[in-house]
Amino acid sequence: MSTVTTTIPLEHRSPLRTLGWALPALVVLVALPWITEQYQTILLAYGLVMGIAALGFNLLLGYTGLLSFGHSAYFGVGAYTVALMVKYLGVSSMELFLAGAIVACVLVTAIFGVACVRYTKIFFGILTMALSQVLWSLAFKFFWVTGGTDGLRVPTPTLLGVVTGKGDKIAFLATSYYYYVLGVFVLCVALMWVIVNSPFGRALQAIRDNEVRAEFVGIQIRQYRWVAFLVSGVFTGLAGALWVPLNGLTTPDIMHWTFSGEIVFMTVLGGFRSFTGPIVGAIVFNYLKTYAIGYTVYWQGLLGLVLVVLVLSLPTGIVGTADRLWARWRAK
Amino acid sequence: MSVLLETRRLLKQFGEFRAVDHVDFRVQEGEVLALIGSNGAGKTTLVNLISGLLRADAGQILFRGQDVTQQTVHQRIAAGIARSFQLVNLFDQLSALDNVALSIFSRQGKTRKLLALAETDRPVWQEAMDILHLFRMESKARTLAGGLSQGERKLLDVAIAYALKPRLLFLDEPTSGVSTREKAPIMDTISAVVRSEHISAAIIEHDMDVVFSYSDRIVAMHQGAILADGTPDQIRRDEKVLTTLIGTPETTP
Repeated sequence: MSTVTTTIPLEHRSPLRTLGWALPALVVLVALPWITEQYQTILLAYGLVMGIAALGFNLLLGYTGLLSFGHSAYFGVGAYTVALMVKYLGVSSMELFLAGAIVACVLVTAIFGVACVRYTKIFFGILTMALSQVLWSLAFKFFWVTGGTDGLRVPTPTLLGVVTGKGDKIAFLATSYYYYVLGVFVLCVALMWVIVNSPFGRALQAIRDNEVRAEFVGIQIRQYRWVAFLVSGVFTGLAGALWVPLNGLTTPDIMHWTFSGEIVFMTVLGGFRSFTGPIVGAIVFNYLKTYAIGYTVYWQGLLGLVLVVLVLSLPTGIVGTADRLWARWRAK
Repeated sequence: MSVLLETRRLLKQFGEFRAVDHVDFRVQEGEVLALIGSNGAGKTTLVNLISGLLRADAGQILFRGQDVTQQTVHQRIAAGIARSFQLVNLFDQLSALDNVALSIFSRQGKTRKLLALAETDRPVWQEAMDILHLFRMESKARTLAGGLSQGERKLLDVAIAYALKPRLLFLDEPTSGVSTREKAPIMDTISAVVRSEHISAAIIEHDMDVVFSYSDRIVAMHQGAILADGTPDQIRRDEKVLTTLIGTPETTP
């Protein structure tokens, strides 16, 4: 290089700015069990779990430009791995559950990924959906292993080898388990944040924006898509593993493609163009769904109506709209 | 000067149509070469074959003596072949600086890193800024590529390819779609960068003023084959080129 005349104002690009809003949010999440009732805390735990699932899903949709319609499969692999570890291995350690779910999801996504990353757009979506339906039908039909539609029960696990849920299960879920979920959630968010801001994350966004050019700056697009597919599936699988003890039971429903649709929906609702969108979307969706179910037996209809209105009025999602309003308010 | 790139009887067919018809094409080390010819002459197809966007049906491509005919795009880039595109091909949702930085990350093999923050890699950003400076675009560093003017987009396209530190750079119509007034500054900038770094460049171009003033050698293509090959002075006097490509008043009946 001949001349060096310009320097980069690095403070503009500092990733640390993000901590400005992350810390207050974390304080609220930590304080919540002391403020609200147990039911609300457990509901939020569900929301955080779905947040991890949507965060993983959005690595593909928002950052790589691939719409997966089969993420229920990985959520289900995580959940069923835990249930089968209980049934056949008698394991009760949550850390072992999470490790098992990660291993199982790596195996499944590695294989599914090889087939899926050869395609993009609608072909990718259909293929991921078809593969997830294969797993769903396995969970549905092999009832002597999976319990069929009855599902498999999962008792409260042991956390960090010491904390058990013996006695008051609700209290366990609303305090110890909530904090456990919160801990894993924070780790997952931090890890995903690093990944999307890494050179690898940049490469994914380049593939999303312009596949041909990405190839011509030397990025092997299929390999990168495959790695993104794997990471994405493992995050969603981890969410599945965290979800089972909360729910106490896993059934084939969570493998069904309609559940993939819910993951898509919560991500779009929150805004797939932003990092926090899927998390916010997942938590909001979880509340909407829970209250819709409590309000009417026609909850799907009510939920659908609310979601149509939300999407039409907030096309960039909740976070996208909030960003725009914030920018407008600051410009004044 | 030694031969950097050589194609031997390179063939590409689309159905019955021979887009590139047994072409023997050479690029010498350090030269700036212009590829001319009417639309459909096979210039872009030839570049697509050499850069790896298309696979040849027959023939060989040798780069620095190595057969790269069966290599992937990735391998060819690693060997030192880079290109820009006729229809500008950028990452529109990334800033100009990010576009260039991505090339550098890729070149250094850093895009394989999942657990490192791209923002904190100062040497890469410094180099990206220096490259934008070379292309006189440092004031646009923070502008999203999608928001740049056509001339700037053309330059950025070349800058991205340049950031891969190639030995051979193919530029597919670097001044197409920009105003006549903008052409000379763009070519001056590109030419200065390429010559000061001793990069061999092959430029596809329709504008004859650009072709004659910026290239050391000109290769004229017609119907998938090479029609003429020589210095700008030789090409200017070449009868075949005059009649088939340039069309002077004397030769038209």
